[in-house]
Amino acid sequence: MSAYIQNDLTKCVGCGLCQGSCASGAIALRDGKAVIDPDRCVLCRVCLDTCPVGALTLESDAQAERTADSRGIWVFAEMDNDGQPLPVGLELTAKAFALARKRESCPVTVLLFGPSATRQAQRFIHAGADRVIVSDAPVFREGLELPFADAVCACIRQDRPEAVLFGATPFGRSLAPRVAARLGCGLTADCTVLDIDPETGLLLQTRPAFGGNLMATITCPARRPQMATVRPGIFQTPESPLRETGEIEQLREIPAPGPVELLEKTLVEAGESIRDARVIVSAGRGIGAQKNMALVKKLAELLGASYGVSRPLVDMGWADYSHQIGQTGCSVAPDLLLCFGISGAIQHLAGIGGAKTIIAVNTDPDAPIFGAATYKIVGDAAAVLKALIEHLQQQ
Amino acid sequence: MKIAVCIKQVPSTNEVRLDPVTNTIVRDGRQSVINPFDTYALEQAVQIKEQLGGQVLVVSMGIPATERLLRDACSRGADRGALLSDRAFAGADTLATSYALSLWCRREQPDLILCGKMAVDGDTAQIGPELAEHLGIPHITDVCAVLSVDEKEITVRKVTADGFAVVRTPLPALLTVVKDINLPRMATIPGVRAGQAAVIELLTADDLQADRSRTGLTGSPTQVVRTFTPQRTAQAVELTGEPAEIAHQILDIVREVL
Repeated sequence: MSAYIQNDLTKCVGCGLCQGSCASGAIALRDGKAVIDPDRCVLCRVCLDTCPVGALTLESDAQAERTADSRGIWVFAEMDNDGQPLPVGLELTAKAFALARKRESCPVTVLLFGPSATRQAQRFIHAGADRVIVSDAPVFREGLELPFADAVCACIRQDRPEAVLFGATPFGRSLAPRVAARLGCGLTADCTVLDIDPETGLLLQTRPAFGGNLMATITCPARRPQMATVRPGIFQTPESPLRETGEIEQLREIPAPGPVELLEKTLVEAGESIRDARVIVSAGRGIGAQKNMALVKKLAELLGASYGVSRPLVDMGWADYSHQIGQTGCSVAPDLLLCFGISGAIQHLAGIGGAKTIIAVNTDPDAPIFGAATYKIVGDAAAVLKALIEHLQQQ
Repeated sequence: MKIAVCIKQVPSTNEVRLDPVTNTIVRDGRQSVINPFDTYALEQAVQIKEQLGGQVLVVSMGIPATERLLRDACSRGADRGALLSDRAFAGADTLATSYALSLWCRREQPDLILCGKMAVDGDTAQIGPELAEHLGIPHITDVCAVLSVDEKEITVRKVTADGFAVVRTPLPALLTVVKDINLPRMATIPGVRAGQAAVIELLTADDLQADRSRTGLTGSPTQVVRTFTPQRTAQAVELTGEPAEIAHQILDIVREVL
């Protein structure tokens, strides 16, 4: 019972595309045909999509399991220290609402555990939930994984949803794998695109792979629920209620506290949060000198905007990590994003997918950032920054 | 104290670069390395061993060539290694990988398991919590400092979304560590010799009495159905002119948008 990549030698034309696609170096060309070294192949299956003649196939004796009659899309919504739900929970509820509408009789349920959960439940109904399962129990106050895992698993076992979404926050990414392993389900990390097959309910989960140079669409064909953590800031929170009424249900069984104890909590002031900013001025290496950071901050101030940076500037110490935008920093979704000297590495682009209008300035006409931009300016970032500041100060 | 460290073999650059023309992976000839986050886990394990005594074991699931990295870990303070390598493990997602690792952990019964926060190639950060769940032990993610540890319990500081938390758990337990936790040591020459001499146990699915419906591709609920290069969609409107003219146009757009 094992699996391997099979090359149909009658179809293989020896083009070598698969060899180039293999991150493990497992494919060699011998006598004009691709040969796969089973000791190197890790079955990532990237080569299957690159073969132009369809010679490569995955041979596997894996049997599809029958899926249970699971129904409904669930969202686990996390709360902060002040008993406020995190925005990502509302974003995912609205997304679940949109996905559920593609399916027949597919209700949206939100799990909301924490202090004042009951009081916050209506916000999730407005965001699209048919039902919110709440608990204000003290055991959820400290944000420790095990009681949450117990409660989430108990609810899932009882109602058998077809999909469960978590925000890809540090806590969500710690809790979700615990739940997935207990239920023996698949879990896709840090998705940035979600869709659903209206017929089968198969969730199409897309996420960056190989450091973001490739996107991979992942499904979970057999087991239910399908589970994913989804990056905050990707989907929008609805401005007006999607729904007026829904059920608010108390969690039936309050889990016991786990063996892990919280001894102390220190909150670090995040300062102005770029995550929620409407306007962001952001800078990359192309601004040239560190002194030009002052121009970036000045322009942000004049526009009433926040400022962000790409990773190299944080690495060089020009700005604090809390301002970093991108895959390893924060995802932003402003109405307007002004990018100065940002080349647009895919890791950076991964963090700006939610921006509505992007104006980008870069000296390189082929900079990838222009592919994401609404308006492009091929030119010197510092010069444009100075001209903008001058204009605004004259007004 | 018996401490296990899980390590993963990853490409030597933290990103796999694609040639934009041919759309194929650019290989720079360098060999694969231990996932950088795992080197912090290893260093932390060795520091705890130096404090309390005991042994550090390293484990990896991977292709046979991964043995080299386990020896490298032994040259930096681990006592012995185990490589879970079998075609039956290939194609595993995080659930099937953590299951295989859990079988080894059940044999060895470590008091403490340390993992890197995540692997730089997969970025899932799921193996640690899933492994802990398979073993029925608590886990703490994103640990940035070990404050105290004895045979019975460990107290750590962890990074949270809005600051830090100090958390205590009884042992056995699993921790995932962030990169600020320590500065990994370099191998010394005696260390390299020890690494070459270290026992690296090679284990197959049968050795671990694995349930083959739960390993490798067969045991993986998730499937990659499609890979593609991210699309560059929008056709950007180009603004031209002297900086002052461009500034003027930009401010018009700003007013229009806001």
